[in-house]
Amino acid sequence: MTTETIAASAVGTGPGARFSLGIDLGTTHCALSWVDRAASDGERVVQGVLDIPQLTAPASVEARPLLPSFLYLPHESELAAADMALPWGAGPHGPVGEFARTRGAATPIRLVSSAKSWLCHPGVDRRAPLLPADAPPEVQRVSPLAASTQYLQHLRHAWDHAHPEAPFDAQDVTVTIPASFDPAARELTAEACRAAGFQRLTLLEEPQAALYSWIQASAGGWRKQVAHGDVILVVDVGGGTTDLSLIAVLERGGNLELQRVAVGEHILLGGDNMDLALAYGVARKLAQEGKQLDAWQTRALAHGCRAAKEQLLQDEGLQSVPVVVPSRDSRLIGGSIRTEVTRAEVLQLLVEGFFPRVAVSDRPQARARAALTQLGLPYAQDAAVTRHLAAFLSRQAGATGQIEGLQGTQAQGASFLHPTAILFNGGVLKAAQIEQRILEVVGGWLAAEGAPPARLLAGANLDLAVARGAAYYGHVAAAGRGVRIRGGTAQSYYVGVESNMPAVPGMEPPISALCLAPFGMEEGTEVALDAQEFGLVVGEPVRLRFFGSSVRRSDTVGTLLDFWGPEELVELQEIEAHLPAEGRTPGEVVPVTLHARVTDIGTLELNAVPVGGSERWKVEFDVRADTPAA
Amino acid sequence: MTEQTPPSFFSRIAMAFALVGDAPLAARVARLRGGEPLAADAPPREVRVEVPVEKIVEVRVEVPVEKVVEKRVEVPTATATAALQLLGLLQREARFVDFVQEDVAGYQDAEIGAAARVVHEGCRKALREHVTLEPVRPEAEGSRVTLPPGFDAAAVRVSGNVVGQPPFTGTLAHRGWRAAAVRLPQLTDEKAAAIIAQAEVEL
Repeated sequence: MTTETIAASAVGTGPGARFSLGIDLGTTHCALSWVDRAASDGERVVQGVLDIPQLTAPASVEARPLLPSFLYLPHESELAAADMALPWGAGPHGPVGEFARTRGAATPIRLVSSAKSWLCHPGVDRRAPLLPADAPPEVQRVSPLAASTQYLQHLRHAWDHAHPEAPFDAQDVTVTIPASFDPAARELTAEACRAAGFQRLTLLEEPQAALYSWIQASAGGWRKQVAHGDVILVVDVGGGTTDLSLIAVLERGGNLELQRVAVGEHILLGGDNMDLALAYGVARKLAQEGKQLDAWQTRALAHGCRAAKEQLLQDEGLQSVPVVVPSRDSRLIGGSIRTEVTRAEVLQLLVEGFFPRVAVSDRPQARARAALTQLGLPYAQDAAVTRHLAAFLSRQAGATGQIEGLQGTQAQGASFLHPTAILFNGGVLKAAQIEQRILEVVGGWLAAEGAPPARLLAGANLDLAVARGAAYYGHVAAAGRGVRIRGGTAQSYYVGVESNMPAVPGMEPPISALCLAPFGMEEGTEVALDAQEFGLVVGEPVRLRFFGSSVRRSDTVGTLLDFWGPEELVELQEIEAHLPAEGRTPGEVVPVTLHARVTDIGTLELNAVPVGGSERWKVEFDVRADTPAA
Repeated sequence: MTEQTPPSFFSRIAMAFALVGDAPLAARVARLRGGEPLAADAPPREVRVEVPVEKIVEVRVEVPVEKVVEKRVEVPTATATAALQLLGLLQREARFVDFVQEDVAGYQDAEIGAAARVVHEGCRKALREHVTLEPVRPEAEGSRVTLPPGFDAAAVRVSGNVVGQPPFTGTLAHRGWRAAAVRLPQLTDEKAAAIIAQAEVEL
């Protein structure tokens, strides 16, 4: 319902916004970029990045381009009100940003981090106060949703503080999400934005935002770098997640168009894991020399290792970089520990550890996971980004063959989808050696199937590219000019219905999957599943099993699947329809059909419509409880 | 001085009566009629205004000697607070106060060197973030420079054989540093600046 109101206002007042704002709501950092639409003309775009005022120390406010996505829940005696004051008043739960991060590093039981990863964690109730996960009982925890809301509110206040002449609420806002976010996580992100008071909202997938940023930076030159039939692989390694997308280039009516073909799975593996891996490696070396580091020193070492890594990966001539772990007490000279990080260690731990040379037939190693281990974040169990990449490209083999205009652009019998170009995004990929390794590995796979190597798309601006791309997207979308990436939903969706197969004692009753929403539904479109009626009991929630597929592109609404391969369909959280008792007898059964709509914001909305009626009841994605072990 | 609107007719009448009753006022009006200027119109007598300045950098154009260049920097906070803030930033980023307060006599150069890396890296970061530094003179050090008449003696210091009248020509011994901009954190509580580093108690 709220969705419609927002969509309507966005449509009604869209062209009036002076600024298009792009927000990167990241796992470890947030950023806000703006395009001054009034001052922009054609391919000349006036754009900037907002410096975000935030606490950097008690009672000390500084503006920085990045807002670390951390929330600190202070003890009541820890900080005075003046210590936490911002120009627009204090945040509801505690300080966010740089100060929250540094203060929380020493008191992790009060630090909320990676709220975004929790937002898409299917095993927990994401509206419940869960974070910090290992806080003692007396700490007032917050929900992943509330933490995300506070980051967004902070950005909104920061904008209004800097631009009183152009209130946030009157601007077009594009918030980015991982391409791998499922419908429930997208809906929760939109909910956090609404709770933060965002009025004119669109969601955009991060790899697409990175590509928009590249398009904008090329100032029109991108058309010379790609041609019809190109398949661009976007590899986005952020602080906490790795996001993969494939975007095809088509020529239609003499114009180049871009179409998002596929998105990868959600992989909780990012640059922070890599920095920690290096720090632990160096800490082991120190332990062998008899120097034990405590937790505080290990963090200081991780900080030093990150800087050393950047130097070593930039400059091939360097063989080692000294790293000093400062003492915690005031004896800096007497208490510091000196070590060095060598080129061999960085290559061994990072390049070989996270980007090993693997075959395209390799798959990420997954250990069987007991249901009870789901209390923490489901981090990727295989640290090798290249193996995740191999799995993704293999799963998408033949994907372009089902897209109008792209048939025949891929080699016959390819065992994986052949990318022709690669765009890198994320701070980790600033390191030339890691870029080269990925190009080399993918190039090797391609050469084995007789295909030319994928080329590197040049000119990508890796700093804040996602926020910039989002602001640029909002600009071209509202202006109706400039190239747009067509995509629509990245999966097809199914509801579970009881199968006509005979039940076997001791086995789970067989279930069929009925297609509810096809692949590639675009914003603002709606489909109805009339083939199947569902009986809703008035006053009682009815739960349905829900599935998604990132490979079944040709199923249409009503397609019934009795069997599917293990990789074809992935079970998502259940959906729940709830028919209010208004004007009906509780317990009465009302036959309904299900309708699926992609909102203008970019979220999937399911509705139950009574047969022969015109009312609509929203079907919720269950984000509250554990998915029953399937 | 802005032009003042003349008083209305009736208030001028009221003034006339006031003159009758107030002899000293009448004496002042008589002096005014005699052509003496109003105090507000008179050019100010030499008044010295003490402007608080911050010592920022040291510049030497060497035709040798040295001097401190003073530059006024717009800092929204009081000077002492701003100085404490900078010290706090250098401590936070670079452990600067720890380093300077420690007795170095008993340590090997290698140990001091290791700690100096922390201080150097941190000071660089703190300065890069909070002060925009630029050289006073763009020329390469060691090159010959000419100072025209009326050169900015606050920014350039001459030394050595200082005789005669400008233009002076000499060798640039040090390019100098100028703080082009200062960005200190905004303080919500000025007293907080006096704490350069908080004591830490691990519970």
